[in-house]
Amino acid sequence: MAATISFRLNGERVRLKADDSRKLLWVLRTELGQTGTKYGCGRGSCGACVVLVDGEPRRSCMADIGSVRGKEVVTIEGLAKGETLHPVQKAFIEHDALQCGFCTPGMILTAVGLLRSKPRPTRADIVEGMDRNLCRCGAQKRIITAIEAASHELASGKPTT
Amino acid sequence: MSTTDPATLFSTPQSRRAFLKQVGGGIAVVVTFSDPLGLLESATASNVPTDFNAFLRIAPDGGVTCFTGKIEMGQGPITSLVQMMADELEVPYERVDIIMGDTDRCPWDQGTWGSLTTRRFGPLLRTAAAEARQVLVALASERLDVPISRLHVENGVVFDRKNQRMRVTYGELARGKSIARHLKVDPKLKDVSQFRIMGQPKLRRDSLAKVTGQAEYAADIRVPGMLYAKILRPPAHGARLKKADTSRARKVDGVRVVEDGDLIAVLHELPDVAEEALGRIAAEFDEPQVRLSDANIHEHLMRIASNGRITDRGGNLDRGRALAKRAIETTYFDGYVAHAPMETHAALAQIENGKCTVWASTQNPFGAREKVARAIGFSERQVRVITPFVGGGFGGKTGNVQAVEAARLAKAAGLPVQVMRSREEEFFYDTFRPAAVVHIRSGIDGAGRIAFWDYEVLFAGKRGAAHFYDIPHHRTAVRSQAPGERAHLFGTGAWRAPANNTNTFARESQINAMAAAAGADPIAFRLKHLKDPRMIRVLKAAARRFDWKPAPTPSQRGLGVACGIDAGTYVAAIAEVDVDPTTGEVDVKRVLSAQDMGIVINPQGATIQMEGCVTMGLGYALSEEVHFQGGAILDTNFHRYEIPRFSGLPEIETVLVEANDIPPQGGGEPAIVVMGGVIANAIHDATGARPKRMPMTPARVKAAIREA
Repeated sequence: MAATISFRLNGERVRLKADDSRKLLWVLRTELGQTGTKYGCGRGSCGACVVLVDGEPRRSCMADIGSVRGKEVVTIEGLAKGETLHPVQKAFIEHDALQCGFCTPGMILTAVGLLRSKPRPTRADIVEGMDRNLCRCGAQKRIITAIEAASHELASGKPTT
Repeated sequence: MSTTDPATLFSTPQSRRAFLKQVGGGIAVVVTFSDPLGLLESATASNVPTDFNAFLRIAPDGGVTCFTGKIEMGQGPITSLVQMMADELEVPYERVDIIMGDTDRCPWDQGTWGSLTTRRFGPLLRTAAAEARQVLVALASERLDVPISRLHVENGVVFDRKNQRMRVTYGELARGKSIARHLKVDPKLKDVSQFRIMGQPKLRRDSLAKVTGQAEYAADIRVPGMLYAKILRPPAHGARLKKADTSRARKVDGVRVVEDGDLIAVLHELPDVAEEALGRIAAEFDEPQVRLSDANIHEHLMRIASNGRITDRGGNLDRGRALAKRAIETTYFDGYVAHAPMETHAALAQIENGKCTVWASTQNPFGAREKVARAIGFSERQVRVITPFVGGGFGGKTGNVQAVEAARLAKAAGLPVQVMRSREEEFFYDTFRPAAVVHIRSGIDGAGRIAFWDYEVLFAGKRGAAHFYDIPHHRTAVRSQAPGERAHLFGTGAWRAPANNTNTFARESQINAMAAAAGADPIAFRLKHLKDPRMIRVLKAAARRFDWKPAPTPSQRGLGVACGIDAGTYVAAIAEVDVDPTTGEVDVKRVLSAQDMGIVINPQGATIQMEGCVTMGLGYALSEEVHFQGGAILDTNFHRYEIPRFSGLPEIETVLVEANDIPPQGGGEPAIVVMGGVIANAIHDATGARPKRMPMTPARVKAAIREA
């Protein structure tokens, strides 16, 4: 049964009516128009649909919309602060850490979550933290380099988000 | 330099008017119908429609727009084509915008595949830009009353070399003008020494859009009133629908059911609700009992293969056999491999005022236009296909079936309709790289030279089948199904460097087997059998950069080498692996890939394509195989079909061998062809066991070690 659900999306309060069990992915992409969050597999195997829920990476294809009630959801569209890109976004550009770009939103948000829990990750930490995100073009090498670069920038204390 | 009047207009006023209206004012360059330069890629160039669109337009503000029927799926033409145009036109790189894959605005194109964009379309685009530069210089000559010979162009400004105050910008020249110029002369393209922008490493131009979620893919397009479709699918290929009861689906609030012949779909304004309603359709299918599976497919293929045709031969095989002191006969096998792009096929179709617009994830928008038009009874002029960013293609997005489905449903429903495949549908309807068999008989003489080479490939295809070694007596045969036989139960098609991955795996494995039989170092053995200076150079470059220490193989070091040629590009790769003999697991520690691709337009983009090829190639070498039972596909999502992950990533090094005496060659595919062979040879070098079947899974490697 449709119920009212409210939460914060990219800093703005949203309210909508939806069945609690509908998946966050489809509500984001359809009613809320946030198409940066991608469908890749529908079963949590690829990571293309990752968003941040209260700062934690979540696979939105598996998350019930009811589960984000009252929480803060950040999609790729809401990661930059105005014109200022998040260091991870910036590093992806500077290191050409993408090709077709379809896995990129999920990669970036997974990396943001990783750096939040492990601000100075080793290469092994990055590999482990990113291993459930798939990229078919083969940008993995550059994604690791970009995450390392972003972690250095974040650790150096430069103003970010 | 052309001396024709710069305002010469092409012959048919009607198409000229239509075309100028399309692009707005300014100056534009189109391609000729007769294609005198022979630059159009298609063997069917004569079927090219006559209502050509422009290759480029110079707007009154001096901004340049590049129009191309090529599409961007990650491989990078959005950057490299702009480099070419800006350089030949003599405008700043930043002033060039690019419109790709829009059939109403871009010149006809066969499709984005075969690593053809740079090597075949590139010269055409550069010619158009060079022609436009000539038109502009001629116009400037009139305007400034300075002879053409004294004029020089820099950054979109034409000036008198002797008096630099005599100057005019491209924008000023284009203002108030409507000039359409047919490309009919052969303007001189820049020599490498004159490159300003080509040859420079450039970062991708689409990154900002892609890291902020602004980049739109076909399934991201939204138009008012659109519905999402979910289509009833059979459980197996070859299954026939007996009956379908849609009554329960129709009860879902807001659902519309379309039954259009073989196409039964549920439409809803929410995609997940449509999906749920689809599950309420009670359908019965007749499933043919077919005993074919991934376990017996190769026997089947060998049974039904034709005699085939000899595609390459030299010397006399009987003499070669007589010379051989030792003969080696091996049969190699490859399974079905999926494209598995991260973006599943999607399309949105909207029909308004007798025109059907389709936004599609496709590698060939013009092919999509043709198919859609035929399916809904429209003329091609009534169909426009727009290609947003494509989320990976690899040869798999060429059928345009989803575009046709969306158009048929939009027509039936009278509303815009989106079709986006689920991952399960994506695997089910993929046109897999075909399972294949390669049978090689070869031998070495007493001096350790290859005496004969008898090669036959079944079902993979011809590309990469011919060897490039110096072998006196040899034959290459390519076989497919005999008349009346059916090889595959489902769709197969081109997969990044089609046929060449299978052929190079087999050829390079066999070459290594002979090196081992001769007690030779595998690089020295290859060099001994190479005459082609490009291959010698690229192999030596790889060895040098890897710091290769010669030793007879197997050396137990786990080092492999493989060479290949694809799309005019030469590749040599060296890999280092660790093999766990108890589990058969292969840990790829390091891969070095060197290539000679002629003149390099964007070294950054070329490097990234090589890295992508190495990474993607590890998948088909080690883990990727589509399992099936009859027409049912058993691997339909990523938990079963294993594509490369971060944790399997080796250290990857790339080398671009300078070859500025050779025109630009292909870059999207070549470096992937050697990956099966280089891993197989490294496994053999580590263990002494010869893997004969891809993918080289732990179970197969373990079995090979046991047999060795």
